[in-house]
Amino acid sequence: MSARYFGAAVTRVEDPRLLKGQGRYVDDLELPGMLHAAFVRASMAHGRIRAIDTRDARVMPGVVAIYTMADFAEIAQGPMPPMAPHPLLTPPITYHPLAEDEVRHVGEAIAIVLADDRAKAEDAAAAVLLDIEELPAVADAVVAREAGAPRAHSRRDSNIAATLKAGFNDCDAVFAKADHVLTERFEIHRGGCHSMECRGVVASVDPHTGALTLSTSSQSPYMVRRHLATYLKRDENEIRVMTPDVGGGFGPKANVYAEEFAVAIAAIKSRRPVKWIEDRQEHFVATTQQRGQAWTLDVAFDNSGRMRAIRGSCIHDNGAYAPYGLILPATALASFPGPYALEALDITIDVVLTNLVPTSPVRGACRPNIAFLLERLADRIARHLGIDRQEVRRRSFVRADQMPYVTGLKARDGSPVSYDSGDYAGALNLVLDKIDVAGFENRRAAAAERGKLLGLGIASCVEDTGLGPFEGASVRVTPGGKVVVTTGASSQGQGHRTAFAQIAADALGVELKEVTVESADTSKFPLGISTIASRIAVTAGSSVELAARKVRTKAIAFASHRLEVGEEDLELVDAAVRVKGVSEMNVSLSEIARTLAGNTGINLPDGMEPDLAATAYFNSNALTFAYGANACEVEIDPYTGDVRVVRYVVVHDCGKLINPLIVDGQIRGGVVHGIGNTLYERMIYDEVGQPLTTTYGDYFLPMASEMPPIEIHHMETPSPRNPIGVKGAGEGGTIPAAACVISAVENALGPNGPFIPLHPISPQQVVKWIEVGAPSVTKA
Amino acid sequence: MTERKITFTLNGEQRESSADPRTHLADFLRHGLGLTGTHVGCEHGVCGACTVIVDGVPVRSCLMLAVQVDGCAVETVEGLAKGGELSPLQQAFSTHHGLQCGFCTPGMLMTLEAFLRASPSPTEQDIRIAISGNICRCTGYQGIVEAALDVVAAKAISS
Repeated sequence: MSARYFGAAVTRVEDPRLLKGQGRYVDDLELPGMLHAAFVRASMAHGRIRAIDTRDARVMPGVVAIYTMADFAEIAQGPMPPMAPHPLLTPPITYHPLAEDEVRHVGEAIAIVLADDRAKAEDAAAAVLLDIEELPAVADAVVAREAGAPRAHSRRDSNIAATLKAGFNDCDAVFAKADHVLTERFEIHRGGCHSMECRGVVASVDPHTGALTLSTSSQSPYMVRRHLATYLKRDENEIRVMTPDVGGGFGPKANVYAEEFAVAIAAIKSRRPVKWIEDRQEHFVATTQQRGQAWTLDVAFDNSGRMRAIRGSCIHDNGAYAPYGLILPATALASFPGPYALEALDITIDVVLTNLVPTSPVRGACRPNIAFLLERLADRIARHLGIDRQEVRRRSFVRADQMPYVTGLKARDGSPVSYDSGDYAGALNLVLDKIDVAGFENRRAAAAERGKLLGLGIASCVEDTGLGPFEGASVRVTPGGKVVVTTGASSQGQGHRTAFAQIAADALGVELKEVTVESADTSKFPLGISTIASRIAVTAGSSVELAARKVRTKAIAFASHRLEVGEEDLELVDAAVRVKGVSEMNVSLSEIARTLAGNTGINLPDGMEPDLAATAYFNSNALTFAYGANACEVEIDPYTGDVRVVRYVVVHDCGKLINPLIVDGQIRGGVVHGIGNTLYERMIYDEVGQPLTTTYGDYFLPMASEMPPIEIHHMETPSPRNPIGVKGAGEGGTIPAAACVISAVENALGPNGPFIPLHPISPQQVVKWIEVGAPSVTKA
Repeated sequence: MTERKITFTLNGEQRESSADPRTHLADFLRHGLGLTGTHVGCEHGVCGACTVIVDGVPVRSCLMLAVQVDGCAVETVEGLAKGGELSPLQQAFSTHHGLQCGFCTPGMLMTLEAFLRASPSPTEQDIRIAISGNICRCTGYQGIVEAALDVVAAKAISS
């Protein structure tokens, strides 16, 4: 059957509800008798709790209860279970639901106040008296790694939580014989995630059964259930977790948070439903952050500009806890060697504890960091040799005729990493053509006449997507002929309902409006993992396809029995199975579903299971690799240092597009996220770990007035590794963006300007670079 | 605290209610009246998610007290779709994929609704500046800008 919806830019089925203000986010939920929670949080980065005095607060109007960790003892004790256990993290470095005896970053939750409404809860939270002995704090990972530095955890001997290594072949041997070697230091600054909806959770306990229900603004409802069950020593079956509409995730909402546990335990203890909604200031001090790393890298290359090997080390700012294990630094390692065919690699990452908010994956995880390093090195080699930046890349890329290409690295299960498909040079050629690289010098000259510096940037990337092991899906035809798709995969705005409905509608020959998608409710689908790592189209999308195919097969088998016609002579069209060429001989899906739903005393065809439904778990055991090439132009005002991205062109290959409208939206949003990371977003702490940027007046997010239109061109190389030929698209916009913009800024500053090894950059720094024309810089 | 009585119109309907003097308009709309279409994103007047229209002017409902709307005409996102049909701007948002998670969307819609009434033929840059006080983390803004331009173009043709 030809596809009717797959590949079409259909508008989203999610939209009308959200546009009318009928979305249902966690703060929109109201339960009878519900209490509102506010947290008492640490105001210093490191301290020992001596006393928590709640007496004054407890008697304030509307206050029902105030709990500390000690009050939870009868229900649960100890630190939270780790989401991603790692042998190097023994014991795991996780939060308690409320701090036990030591706080390790500003914002760590110490007590929970329950009151009739949020305002009263906040009044009382402010009246809780804390007696905390201040301990030495460390706010900089480079400092924290030194032997004599203050310890982020007073009971740990070292701030180095773990050291990770990756590599292949004999790096030093390649360096020994290389024509050229360069060494560069890089610094990528910490930022936030800033979904427009902050986090939030509503917990309630069924007074009759004791069953616990959570609605949470999360990317990982099934992980919340699993770890909460472990912590509370309950069976998963007694806990239901669901996500209502979620107002953006971008990574941090994939964590299982202390507040989710504290609110759940508070609901159990108070026997009342409890709601907690994170406010924006809390988001700045309690939701995980991203990307702070300092790198030193050596690159070996030959006279032609071909990159041969990279070695070096990284100091990774982990923050105070590792709720997500070592996933973020491990992702940094796994992002090598990018699009480049290296002969050898040797990388070490020290994961360093600081008294700051923990870091965890944010859009791209550490892939944008590694793309930044590799692309900066490519530009640096070009400068060193005096050749074109494009040529370094063309000579260093994995070639299309090398696919599938075994990179040399090993996946988490020890199997060799192999890129499935792609044409990296083709993507670069296309993006250069689309941005009109040939006309650039004319545009630069025209800008110069207006007193502006114009620069052209380029950056390429490869992205591992479709991380396994699975997200499953069920497809069911109701007796009324409607199709219901159910999956554990939660959505935070990616348009899953539309995309999955497109897949199912095609497989079953029904109209899109006949398909309903239900997701992320542990009571409706048994298993789920997490919406992370650009994995849902590959994992859940493939499962929807496989489940729908099973339903189609079953419908045809039923119709064969009913119509007494061989299966090979039947087709599924317009919601009915019909005899090819004799369309009036048919049986509708509705009728098949009604019969298979059973009726008293009416037998089903021999050997046929009840229900026109099927479940599938596509086994996503091999990553699929999306890739892209970006080019942009920036215009710099030399007097103010203002950098404006004036053009941005993306060439992207994420395999088959389920819905181009949605994919383009993912890419555009991702690019803008990356531009924000490059030019605006800077989470600043003082030397003792006090955050200095906790409002949007201090921490700048990209706004419409500063963002360029983003032009997108797709190359569609179907992935051979899943039944629908797709690769992930959620992060490919962000990954090369910082590298691309910085490449353009450096290009604008000219051959006498600096090599730029860091981001974000500030207007002040740009002005200095222009004034000094310094050959190198260290800190923005 | 003592609640104050307030009288105002909400999406064209006369309403009488009462609010605690310290309650801001967004909380009052959401939790006092159950109109949860207006969203709260930062509560310090920067993100724009809570934007509503008061006496024809776009207002951050997190920076206005509920008692201040006494005697005013308040419009929220719930009032845009007349008879359940999406307004041209709402429809254009869908057509141009101007929303993803939907959280900033009500504020974007109300900002643009007020702006387009006052400025019927803006340029693309005018539109970008008009929504520069509304943060969207999902879309990169392009679909939103295209949606507004689409509405402007359709109005120009019809008038």
